[in-house]
Amino acid sequence: MDFAYSEEQRMLADSVGRFAREIYTFENWRKLSETEDGFDRANWARMAELGWLGACLPEEYGGLGGGGVEAMVIAEAFGRGLIQEPYMWTAIVGAGLVLAGGSAAQRDEVLPAVAEGRMLLSVAFAEPQSRFDLNDVACTAKAEGGGYVLSGHKSVVFHAQSADRIIVAARTGGGQRDRDGISLFLVPADAAGLSRRDYRTTDRRRASDLTFYGVKLPAEALIGPAGGGLALLEQAVDRGAAFACAEAVGAMTVLNETTLAYVKTRKQFGRAIGDFQVIQHRLVDMMAALEEARSLALVAAVKLTAPAPERARTIAAAKAKSGQSGRLVGQQAIQLHGGMGMTDELNVGHYYKRLMMLDVLFGNADHQRQRFAAYG
Amino acid sequence: MDLEYSAAERAFREEVRAFIKSALPEDLRRRAGQTQHLDREDYLAWQRILHAKGWGAPSWPVELGGTGWTPAQRHIFDEECADAGAPPQLPFGLAMVGPVIATFGTAAQKAKYLPRIVAGLDWWCQGYSEPGSGSDLASLKTRAEVDGDDYVVNGHKIWTTQAQFADLMFCLVRTDGSGKPQDGITFLLIDMKTPGITVRPIISIDGAHSLNEVFFDNVRIPRENRIGEEGRGWTYAKFLLGNERTSIAGVAASKKRLQRLKDIARAEFSGGRPLLENQSFRDRIAQAEIDLMALEFTNLRVLADEGSGKGPGPEASLLKILGTNLQQAINELAVEALGYYANPYEAVHAGDNRAAVGPAHAEGLMEAHLYFRAASIYGGSNEIQRNVIAKMVLGL
Repeated sequence: MDFAYSEEQRMLADSVGRFAREIYTFENWRKLSETEDGFDRANWARMAELGWLGACLPEEYGGLGGGGVEAMVIAEAFGRGLIQEPYMWTAIVGAGLVLAGGSAAQRDEVLPAVAEGRMLLSVAFAEPQSRFDLNDVACTAKAEGGGYVLSGHKSVVFHAQSADRIIVAARTGGGQRDRDGISLFLVPADAAGLSRRDYRTTDRRRASDLTFYGVKLPAEALIGPAGGGLALLEQAVDRGAAFACAEAVGAMTVLNETTLAYVKTRKQFGRAIGDFQVIQHRLVDMMAALEEARSLALVAAVKLTAPAPERARTIAAAKAKSGQSGRLVGQQAIQLHGGMGMTDELNVGHYYKRLMMLDVLFGNADHQRQRFAAYG
Repeated sequence: MDLEYSAAERAFREEVRAFIKSALPEDLRRRAGQTQHLDREDYLAWQRILHAKGWGAPSWPVELGGTGWTPAQRHIFDEECADAGAPPQLPFGLAMVGPVIATFGTAAQKAKYLPRIVAGLDWWCQGYSEPGSGSDLASLKTRAEVDGDDYVVNGHKIWTTQAQFADLMFCLVRTDGSGKPQDGITFLLIDMKTPGITVRPIISIDGAHSLNEVFFDNVRIPRENRIGEEGRGWTYAKFLLGNERTSIAGVAASKKRLQRLKDIARAEFSGGRPLLENQSFRDRIAQAEIDLMALEFTNLRVLADEGSGKGPGPEASLLKILGTNLQQAINELAVEALGYYANPYEAVHAGDNRAAVGPAHAEGLMEAHLYFRAASIYGGSNEIQRNVIAKMVLGL
């Protein structure tokens, strides 16, 4: 058993880590988070140049041929830097879905464009009533005139306002909660009849609620088998969840480092507050939470290619632990920073908010624990 | 031992309920809702309405302009206000400085300040913490030097809640740096319009402006604004903290929030059924409800001791820890209940007038959750509370 990174993975980690440190100073993060897009297209171009956008895509599409571990390496650095660029949605969830289930034409259209930084993807699966259930789809895609007509609502679609294409889960058959009958479509962001309500999220990113008013799609917009898209979507979401677990590790690492430094320097009662046993034990608990999350993020990254039940069970465990650890580390980082931890000015609160978002994404800790339990 | 409300108490509850229903303006009730977005006039408007009824100071004796209510009546009043969605009464005057002035102030100070608190004419803020003095409050450095009939105040207070609305500040200042830190502190009442005072906003993690820094640059305060004796300020500060306990437990507000949480869990779906039927989530709500019940009756025991003239028992010191833990737990569950819709953030404070994103019941919940991360920090952090209890109650 070997937990060491390869030479290439180490280099990737160094390179993304340097980007996080140099480009994403906290000041720069704040400025970027307040722009219209919430991220910097120049950064995106840079990521394309450095090969990161295609890191997990095959070489034949202009990628580097990496897998779950490469994604984890990138994710951790993104978490450290609070990197705002929509990498997870475009390069991991969206592109991964097209890679796994798209037609040759779709793969040729989308994947090189993603790797080269010419195409941004969003993925729309959640709905007002669905909570975290991917099989709960009320949005319909009626077969009509050789193509499809999309109607319905999608909730909290991250970065839809910057996307060129939105992958949408809609029902071509079956009842609202049936596993069969769900189809995936590659929809142009400027499709007629697609209405968006854009907003910011707690972690200063961007999301939108979408309404599809009879959006007409050609047959070629269908990704994968008609009515058989759920398995593809679940796999893509698990890839996103594994990325989120690793991103949380990066965020928690920064919080632990920051908090440790703070308690060593903040003096009250004539000594550093880190001298007090209660504070010391708290820091140890934060360290334990991080290491547990790190271990399961690693396993999740490796098990992404396992058969579906093993993959799903492993991701559920990792995501549950990630959410629980993120909550403990985030909340205790604020607590130990005292009044300072409550300010918008300090980075700590913003890392906590990102950890909260990472917990919700793809299903929170409570949901994942129940999902894990269902596997017996 | 009798834990039932008497017939008279039940009638009192009806009277309170009817009054609030008739007197609380609908638009004020709506704005008070789940959000923290009440402005100065909103709070003062409700205080004036209560004052006109004679209910401006529910926890004060009649001779000070209060209602003279029993602990049970006070508890009933708090519950009915929270249940009706009334704005909370400001604690700084009624629960904090008012009792200090009443206990340690001169007749002139009582006559000057107390009626104005009850009438909602003065907004008070608390000048305690400093950048270098948080948990170690006694180490505070803001100086007050005697010059003729005045103290000249120089220094810097921080985390001053709603100083931007305040007319007056009750402030701990250092008049003597020579002996033990606690022995050199003086309790001073400061007019916020005095020249030399600068209030600077601090935006908190909920995106709101409720915290501030306050700078004092040669601020002249009449010596008659001193409460009690010079150098005895720490004693008065401890008295104030002791008084804060039952209000800081926040039982009535937590009861209301828990009720709202269950309503949300009924309206949200999970697995095609109401979220409230999800076993895991339901169990966590049940735990919060059990903890709330324990908190409520602990609070009532403490109130009963107060009412019978007995000093507060050891359980009184636990109220802050238990109360704030519960507030945080309920707020966290409410955010969780929303799923993805916890996260759209519309920067309401910037005056965005569009309809909210997601379900109406989501409004303000993320902000409340973020704001209440402070509850385990303010009022004496929960770590310090445990230290004090271990030492003073358990003798460790």
